[in-house]
Amino acid sequence: MDGIHDLGGMAGFDAISYEENEPVFHEPWQATAFALNIVGIGVLRNHNADEYRHSIERMPPVHYLQACYYERVLTGAATLFVEKGVVSKEELEERAGGAFPLATPNAPDPMAALEPQPVARFKKGDRVTVKDIHPAGHTRVPRFCRGKTGTVLHVAPAFSFPDAAAHGGAFRKEHTYHVEFASADLWADAGADNESVIVDLWDSYLEGADA
Amino acid sequence: MTTPTNIASPKARTEALEGALSDKGLIPDGAIEAVIHTATEEWDPKNGARVVARAWTDPEFRKRLLEDATSACAELGYEGIQGEYIVALEDEPERHNVIVCTQCSCTAWPVLGLPPDWYKSPEYRARVAREPRKVLKEMGLDLAKDIAIRVWETSAETRYMVIPCRPEGTEGWSEDQLAALVTREALIGIALADPA
Repeated sequence: MDGIHDLGGMAGFDAISYEENEPVFHEPWQATAFALNIVGIGVLRNHNADEYRHSIERMPPVHYLQACYYERVLTGAATLFVEKGVVSKEELEERAGGAFPLATPNAPDPMAALEPQPVARFKKGDRVTVKDIHPAGHTRVPRFCRGKTGTVLHVAPAFSFPDAAAHGGAFRKEHTYHVEFASADLWADAGADNESVIVDLWDSYLEGADA
Repeated sequence: MTTPTNIASPKARTEALEGALSDKGLIPDGAIEAVIHTATEEWDPKNGARVVARAWTDPEFRKRLLEDATSACAELGYEGIQGEYIVALEDEPERHNVIVCTQCSCTAWPVLGLPPDWYKSPEYRARVAREPRKVLKEMGLDLAKDIAIRVWETSAETRYMVIPCRPEGTEGWSEDQLAALVTREALIGIALADPA
């Protein structure tokens, strides 16, 4: 989805706050929230990592930007426990003593029509163009590289295709590619010509650029 | 949808979710504590620093690290979730590497530890790909204009770590001494390994 999570290249953000000797968790509830999600994925098998990422992406943008990272983790995990019928929103709110905002529902038709690519179609050095897709559900193609052409630096092993895994689609694995884009090709105002961005992209997202 | 005004605190909401799952008997004894222990005691940027120091002192290890970082890190005992496919990015005097995850906050947990807040912030995620030189300068790393910058977006399952250049004047240093020069910031690429 073209959501608030897809921040790369968005303008208007200020200086980055940096904390010396930052602890792993600032407050105990953050550790618990993190652990509840890991247990939800790895022990309870309530959801997978792609469903989890997408549940966070589905948070209303205002809440997303105001929440710290672990509040986003908590909201995403709680949404999936509610959606899968393990707990009800009412029970959570009664226990919490106040509102427990969750993510918005999944889109009815979440996946772009992308043909599965079980065999690696590209190799190091190939020029590839990213398909200009805008699925309503989960995808890992950042908006900033859609429609852009880059060069394959490396072919990574095949991994589960997240757009399908996040939505109960048929399991499929595809290779991913480290594709290098010149920053000047991504943003007209980008800095020097010796800056580039490498994006890790599944085979389905790409088409060959060499005619 | 309007935002409710009586939102429970994140702490109260976390306790609500934990309590609901516990009372249903869904959370095995010790499961939460085990995750927290791993996150706070085992996933540590000192692990990545050890990998870098070994690469600086052992040419054969460096070669294995650049060819297959997942196995090389596992040799030192650093493996597991979010470390299933690690790629090491070697800095060169004329080319610097920096890591981001613009869409969430993916990181190689076993070697870098859970990422710090600045890495997870909307500001870093939005800005570093588009204006890396400016962001790095703001964060204290002023790279000369002729040094190329590669920004690595963690958009799939590869988890990256940066191998910074070994500082001059560290010839003959022990692995422990060298590892102490490598911070989490250097492993992500917003700082150099610096003996100063």
